[in-house]
Amino acid sequence: MAKRRRYTRTPIVRPKKYCRFKKSGIKYIDYKNPDFLMAFINEQGKLLPRRITGTSLKYQRKIAQAVKRCRHIALLPYVADQMK
Amino acid sequence: MAKTNYESVVVLTPVLSEKMMQEAVSSFEKLITENGGELIHKENWGLTKMAYPIQKKTTGFYQIFEFAAEPDAEIVDKLELAYRRDEQVLRYLCLKLDKHAVKYNERRRNGEFNKPKKADAPEAAKPAPKEKAAPVAEAKVETASNEEED
Repeated sequence: MAKRRRYTRTPIVRPKKYCRFKKSGIKYIDYKNPDFLMAFINEQGKLLPRRITGTSLKYQRKIAQAVKRCRHIALLPYVADQMK
Repeated sequence: MAKTNYESVVVLTPVLSEKMMQEAVSSFEKLITENGGELIHKENWGLTKMAYPIQKKTTGFYQIFEFAAEPDAEIVDKLELAYRRDEQVLRYLCLKLDKHAVKYNERRRNGEFNKPKKADAPEAAKPAPKEKAAPVAEAKVETASNEEED
């Protein structure tokens, strides 16, 4: 006889995400600083979604702009296999 | 009319000698100042490795200008035209700076950030949340598998 399976859902407690720009009062994102922008792209060099980084929409737009500028001046790759 | 601040990054080909590079840079500087621009800051990163090859070159001389000019002077147009005509230029980027950017650049020049070349004040705060994000994702997978075992 098959064992009866019970599905109980345990609530997952996760720390609340926050927008780091709002929290530390950063108004401008420097496109000349690839090390900083690394935090917002995955290992293929693609932009990470807001739902992962927790960034607010306003600053996500600025990040996207900064990353694109950084790519243009060849400080970040457009495509990469393993960059981290 | 109030002056606007602009920033321009130009990547020069690495085959130049140091002297030729300086000459090219000073010619661009001259173009800015002659057209009524006021050079606020210039920065040379020297030979820097690029993230991807451009015209089969993997390195380039990075030069940054920050200048204030009247928007009517069309100084950016002239500068970009000069960049496009110059074969030594691999890449260029000209931007109008907003008030936050102007403030940021001032602080950067004054060395308020740890590393003068590429550092951000909140650098210390940055990696922490990033690392936190990954374990959370893993924890989620773990709990999911635990549920199935029950």
